[in-house]
This record gives sequence, structure tokens and C-alpha cells, in this order.
Amino acid sequence: MLSAHTLGCIRGERRLFAGIDLAVEPGQCLHVRGENGVGKTSLLRILAGLAAPAEGSVAWRGQPVARVVDDYHQNLLFLGHHNALKEDLTALENLMFAAGLDGATLTEDEATGALRRFGLRGREDLPVRCLSAGQKRRVLLARLLTRKAPLWILDEPFAALDTGAVQALADLIAEHLAIGGMTVMTSHQAIPLNNVRSLQL
Amino acid sequence: MKAFAFVVRRDLLLAMRRKSDVLSALFFFVIVSSLFPLGIGAETALLRKIAPGVIWVAALLSTMLGLQRMFAADHADGTLEQMALSPEPLALLVGGKIAAHWLVCGLPLVALAPLIGLQFDLSGAELGILVLALLLGTPVLSLIGSVGAALTLGVRGGGVLLSLLVLPLYIPTLIFGSGAVYAHTAGQDAGAHLSLLGALLVLGLFFAPWATTAAIRIAIE
Repeated sequence: MLSAHTLGCIRGERRLFAGIDLAVEPGQCLHVRGENGVGKTSLLRILAGLAAPAEGSVAWRGQPVARVVDDYHQNLLFLGHHNALKEDLTALENLMFAAGLDGATLTEDEATGALRRFGLRGREDLPVRCLSAGQKRRVLLARLLTRKAPLWILDEPFAALDTGAVQALADLIAEHLAIGGMTVMTSHQAIPLNNVRSLQL
Repeated sequence: MKAFAFVVRRDLLLAMRRKSDVLSALFFFVIVSSLFPLGIGAETALLRKIAPGVIWVAALLSTMLGLQRMFAADHADGTLEQMALSPEPLALLVGGKIAAHWLVCGLPLVALAPLIGLQFDLSGAELGILVLALLLGTPVLSLIGSVGAALTLGVRGGGVLLSLLVLPLYIPTLIFGSGAVYAHTAGQDAGAHLSLLGALLVLGLFFAPWATTAAIRIAIE
């Protein structure tokens, strides 16, 4: 499980937030809310370990993250603002290489299956630059399916998705929670899920 | 090691899909080093004397052209973040990127060097030493360059800064690389220079991925 204690973040001269306590247990989803610029993305980046907090600490299974970095990264999937897709590679290649970077094994069939589940049938072999913004996001969602990490940290996962894909993603998160996964996400929309706790920044 | 091979394969595939970037650096090398024989004329003694220096400087500059792209695209599209969060050590993945950069920007220079050397009327033995020196030296260029490329990530006008940062660090490689050929021409043993190049390579292999990794962590924070 993931927990954080009295997290604070300072950007330049400005204090974004301070004294944030949170805990996410298996099967739970934490929805981080707040206006633009209050530091939602900064909070997620601190939780993922990409940025250091100005104060406070993040713990994974009761241990400070810095001490269990390998174990933490093994169990974490972070999807940020940037979609980390290579425009010149096909959707399938992107998925395969993303798995390769994680040191995971992924067969081509699994990858194709994941892409099809998100409505990219017939587009597996197109360069990603030929896909629309929403379709690119769908490639990322396929990554959620193939990575098999218990903890998902998602920054605006619903952005640029059509209603069908929003529902598909919500179903995917619900499945993930049902098997004991954890999710921390930001979203400006209401999340069509049970078992969601909110954190207002 | 599997992740290392994956990164190399990925970067080679990307280079294949963007051939123009790679080819322009190669053509730059060929053209710059061909301008000298054309400009100086058929004075073979002079050409032979300047050949190693000119070819090495052209190789340095042509490697520089590819350096900026080494991490810039991965930084812009968030791939570096994903690499930093990978269970695999970041230094290993960065090592893969450096290796791919050398395969794309360094190795072709080594292969082309004998052809360029012929324009300067170098003898067969001198060409051999030149190729050997480049084979040892170009990986050093990629390794040192990766540190500069990572340090200038996200900096506006990073290209010029990168050259100012990296070119001075290339000086030892340049001196020993061209020195090896000069030593052979002067009738001495080129082994000492080649050994020093080898030592630079070992040092680079040991320190550069680590320094690059540290710089990348700063850049993505």
C-alpha cells in the first residue's frame, strides 16, 4: 500500500500545498481534485518519485520509497501528461518497447489483444503519428492492461477520450480495484466508479 | 541486459525510420573532410600531414550534430520519465541509448574513414591505424557527449551550449587519435596512443553512463 505523510511542495517562490496526508489500500481509488494549478500533477509526480517533496515523505508498504525503489518501480505504473509514445513507431511497437523498457515480457498476441480491447483493431500497425489524440491515449490505456502493476498513478487519464473510451477505462479501473489494485488519479470529471475517495487540494 | 538490448533496438529502429537525420551527419563528415583536399590542391605531402587532424576534427563535429537529438525527443515525449520509473536501472537504459548513438553516428564514420583517407593519399598502414584509432575513439565521443546532451536537456539554445561544453572535453581524444597516425608516419610505435585511447574508453564506459543518469534525473525533476 501507498501512504504519504505531511507532504509539501514548493514551486519557485510559491508554496503549492503542505501537510498532505494520504493512504491508499488495495482495492481503493484516490481521486485528487482541485483547480488548475493547485499542484495535482506535482503531487502525483512526488508520489511516483519523479520529484522530491519539499517536506514530508512517501512510503510503500510501510517503508520509505527511497529505500525500496526497485520494489516500488516494479509495482508502479505512472501515466503523466506526456504520452511517452514514439510517433514513428506503430502502436504495437510502442507497447512492445514500453514493456521491454520495464524489463517485462509481453507477447505480440497479448499486446494486440490489449490494443483491440481499446478499439484500435486494424490500427496496430499504423505509425502513432497517424492516430488522433484520443487514439494515442487509447494506446496508453492498452499499456495499463499489459503492464500488470498493482499501483496506478494516472494524471488526467480521461482527457481526450470519447464517452465509449471513458466507460472502457472506468471498467478497467474497476477490474483493477476488484483484484486488489490501487489507483491514484486526477480528473476534472466525475469518475463513474464506486469505492472512490476524494482528496481536495 | 535484456532491457539494454531493447533500448538499442528501439533507437536503431527509430533511426531507420528517420534516415535523414543520420545521413545528414554522415554527409557532413564526408563533405567537410573532402573540402580540404579540394581547397589545398594536389600537394600530397601537405595533405598527408594534415589528414589525421582534419579527419578527426570532422568526426568530432559530425558526432556533435547527432548529440542534441540523443535525449531531446525522449525528454519531450515523456519517455525519459518512464525510463526513470522502470524497474531496470536507469544507467543501463541510458547505456543502451549511448550504444545506439555510437552505432548510428560513430560506427559509420569508422567505416567511411578509409575512403576519406584515400583522398589524403594516406598509405595502407596509416589507414589501418586511423580506423583503429577511430574505432577506439568514437565511442568515447558518444560517451562524453551523452553527459553534455543530458546536462543541456530542456535548456533554450542548448545546441551552442552543448558544443561549448563538450568540444573542450573532446580534446584528449582528438590529440591521441590523430597522434596515433602521426606517430606511425614518424616511424614510431602507435601503440602508446592507442593504449591511451583505450584507457579513455574504459574511463568513459565507467563514468559517463553514471554522470548522464544523474544529469537526466535533474532534467526530469
